[in-house]
Amino acid sequence: MQQEERWQTQNKLASFDEAVLPHLHAAYNLAHWLTRNYTDAGDVVQEAYLRAFKFFRGFHGTDGRSWLLAIVRHTCYTWMQHNRSPALCVPLEDETDEIESTDLDPESLLLQRADTLLVRRALEELPIEFREVLVFRELEEMSYKEIAIITELPLGTVMSRLARARKRLQLALSSHMHAEVLT
Amino acid sequence: MNCQRTQELIHGYVDGELDLVRNLEVEQHMEDCRACARVFGNQTTLKSMLRTDSLYHDAPDRLKKRIQSSLRKEVKSEMRRRAFGWGWGWATIGATSALILLIALAVWNFVPRSTVPAGDELLAQEIVSDHVRSLQLPGHLVDVLSSDQHTVKTWFDGKVDFAPSVKDFADQDFRLYGGRLEYLNNRSVAALVYQRRLHYINLYIWPSGQAGSTAEVTTQRQGYNLIHWTSSGMNYWAISDLNSVELHEFARLIRQE
Repeated sequence: MQQEERWQTQNKLASFDEAVLPHLHAAYNLAHWLTRNYTDAGDVVQEAYLRAFKFFRGFHGTDGRSWLLAIVRHTCYTWMQHNRSPALCVPLEDETDEIESTDLDPESLLLQRADTLLVRRALEELPIEFREVLVFRELEEMSYKEIAIITELPLGTVMSRLARARKRLQLALSSHMHAEVLT
Repeated sequence: MNCQRTQELIHGYVDGELDLVRNLEVEQHMEDCRACARVFGNQTTLKSMLRTDSLYHDAPDRLKKRIQSSLRKEVKSEMRRRAFGWGWGWATIGATSALILLIALAVWNFVPRSTVPAGDELLAQEIVSDHVRSLQLPGHLVDVLSSDQHTVKTWFDGKVDFAPSVKDFADQDFRLYGGRLEYLNNRSVAALVYQRRLHYINLYIWPSGQAGSTAEVTTQRQGYNLIHWTSSGMNYWAISDLNSVELHEFARLIRQE
C-alpha cells in the first residue's frame, strides 16, 4: 500500500514535469511583467509551481500553459496585496470603448522609430490590468478565449481592454518619444 | 460599414479573432478609407514592436533548478505525511484496542459483581430506560391512576399471570399513584408507581420462579437509585431519583407488608 502511494507520488511528479515544467519561461515572463522585478518574479514563480503541484490532481486539461499562467497570475496578485501598497491594486475605472483618433499619422512615424527600451518602459508603466492583457496577447500570443479564461473576464471585455491597452501604450510611447526629441 | 464600426472591430481584425464575414467587411472598408487603414497600420506597427524577443523575460536557468529542488522536497514531505498518515492510522488502531482491553479489564475487576451479577446488569439498564421513558411521556406513567390499592390490584387481573400485592403507604408518605403494565426481562411485569413529594418510584414486580427471599441489592445508574430483592417467590425492582436512604425505607415497607 505504501509502495503504491510512493509510486503514485513519483508518477504525479513525472506527469507534472511533463505538463507544467516546460512553461517555466511563460510563467517567469508573466510574473516579471506583473511584478516588474526579477527577484520577486522568481519567488512568485517558485511559489506558483508549488501551488500548481499541490493542485495538480485537479488538472485534467491539455493546456498546461493556461492552467499554470492562471496560477502564476493569482499568486502574483496575492503576493502584491501582501507586499505592496494598496494603491497598486486599485480596480480599473469603467470600461468605456474609446474610438481611435485618426490623427495618429505623425505618431505612426514616431512609433516606427521607437526602440525596444522605450517600448519596454511604456509597457511597464501601464496599469497592471492593461499590461497583463498585452502580455497574454502579444508576448504569449494567446487567443481572446484563453485570455478570458485566465483573467476570468467576459470575451467582450477582453477585446475592449486590449483596445484600451493599446491606445494607452501608443500614447505613452509617443509622449516618451516627444520627450526624447525635446532633450 | 462605417469608420466607427470598423475601428471597433479593428483590434479583433489585427488579432485574427473576427469571423470571415466581418473580416471581409473590415478589409473592404479599409480599401476605401485611408483613415481606418492608417489606424490599422499603427496597430500592426505596435504589434510587431511588442512581438520582439527582447521584451520576453526568459526564466534564468537557476530558477528551474530551484523549482525542481523545491518540488523534490515537496514530494518527500508529501510522502512523509502519507507515511505518517499510515503510521498514525495503525497507531490509532493499536491505541484504541489497548484502551478497549483496559476498560474491559477495569469493568471485569471493579464492577461490584457481588451486588449486580452479569444478568442483572442488563436488567438494571432495561429498568433505568423504562423508568426514564415512563416519566418522559405524558400519561405514560400509569395505566390506572388511583391511590386505592384495591382498584390498582384488580386492574392487574387478567393482564398478568400473577397477583401482585398492592399497598398504599400514604401514612408513611409513600403515596400509591397508580399502576401500569410493562414488558421487562422478556415477560409482562406489573409496575406500581408511588409518589413521595415530587419524586416518583417505579416498583416492578414479577414471579422469580424460585421460592425464598434474597437480600436487598442497591445500585446506582445514571443518577437513579435502584434496589432489588426477591421475597415470597417474587422479584422486586424499585427505582427512583429519590435518595437511597428514603428508597431503602420504601423497600423495607414493601418487604414488610
